[in-house]
Amino acid sequence: MTQPLDMLTETPSQTAGPYVHIGCIPSFAGVQGIYPEDLGLSPFRDGAKGTVITITGSVFDGTGWAMRDAMMESWQADAAGRFPGQADADPAVSGFCRFAADKDSGEFTLRTIKPGPVTNRDGSVMAPHISLWIVARGINIGLNTRIYFGDEDNSHDPLLARIEQRPRVDTLIARPTDAGSYRFDVHIQGPNETVFLDL
Amino acid sequence: MTDAGPLMPRRREVHPVPYWPDYKTSVPRSPNLPLLSMESTMSEETGPRFGHSVIGPLDNNLILNYTQGKAPAVGERIRMHGRVLDETGRAVPNTLVEIWQANAGGRYRHVKDTYFAPLDPNFGGCGRTVTDENGYYEFMTIRPGAYPWPNRANDWRPMHIHISVFGHAFGQRLITQMYFEGDPLIDRCPIAATIRDRSQLDRLVAPLDMQNSRPLDYLAYKFDIVLRGRRQTMFENRMEGM
Ligand SMILES: [Fe+2]
Repeated sequence: MTQPLDMLTETPSQTAGPYVHIGCIPSFAGVQGIYPEDLGLSPFRDGAKGTVITITGSVFDGTGWAMRDAMMESWQADAAGRFPGQADADPAVSGFCRFAADKDSGEFTLRTIKPGPVTNRDGSVMAPHISLWIVARGINIGLNTRIYFGDEDNSHDPLLARIEQRPRVDTLIARPTDAGSYRFDVHIQGPNETVFLDL
Repeated sequence: MTDAGPLMPRRREVHPVPYWPDYKTSVPRSPNLPLLSMESTMSEETGPRFGHSVIGPLDNNLILNYTQGKAPAVGERIRMHGRVLDETGRAVPNTLVEIWQANAGGRYRHVKDTYFAPLDPNFGGCGRTVTDENGYYEFMTIRPGAYPWPNRANDWRPMHIHISVFGHAFGQRLITQMYFEGDPLIDRCPIAATIRDRSQLDRLVAPLDMQNSRPLDYLAYKFDIVLRGRRQTMFENRMEGM
């Protein structure tokens, strides 16, 4: 016998289901009047430092269909690479946004501030990126990935460096389209399957 | 300093399997390739905070919040309550808990729900609260009805309440469902069956909690939630301000 470890076990996930919008973005779902507004409508407010950018994309299932019911959350640092709560973080950046695929087109749009590079505890520096969490009917545990930027130097990013099959790095990189605009598609399965993260 | 330190690696084996053919939609919506595993970074160890100030007085009362107190929802009145903890057993205070559910007849207030059970004009179906300094939360609501759903020829969801919890780090984010003690539909549900470890599924089944129910008013169900913990050691330096 040994001493007991006395650790608890994480509560298991279950799918967010088709009606996740009611709970997380009720106004979007047509349930009005309970809250003044949905949580996480924008990750920044007026006065935020940095460049405003727009990221558009879709989440495709294994058949290539753009999912109409996906809900996403993003979390990111401010333009100087500081997270809310850290010393000197930009008070106009909440860093958090909730958004959903359009129920007709399956396209989502994230309008945010372009984040700066982030320094980790060990001193390593991550290229600018936005963390993305995707839930929907059929997804039994939320999918984590990251949005990097095609117009940044990603060559020394410690996470991207861990991807063995180099062409797969491209699945995490938003492609610049117009000035301040990017395209970022997520493929849950298939030849272009997005790199999903466990960290 | 309880929020410093890397997240404990997620134990994937205690979670549902992503691919489960009996739950048909999971077939095209589960990654085929392995996830990329590595130690958490600042991006997962930090996370959004929502203070008590965003919470309205009726936000955690689904019986009354849709009508702003004018008329109560139909159904069996229940109190759902519990604590949010992490793997180390520490309480997770001041964290947002959101719930959503069908009405007493098993119908959601959502454009995509076409089940012919009627909407309740006094029930919206969502609520939220922030845990107190001991990680405690509670909701007043009605017990949701079971409902049929298009999957196999005759699948029904057991009575359940969807729950979303933030914790203090984006890497702790969790959405799950609470089931009710004694519901015979749990063992027939292909979504519940995505959790292969029976003892883990049992942890989603809330026991009837008579001692916390109120005579002549409501029944109580207890539901504790455990999030990922953080490794803490004096050997790892901590970032200033975190
Ligand atoms: Fe449901």
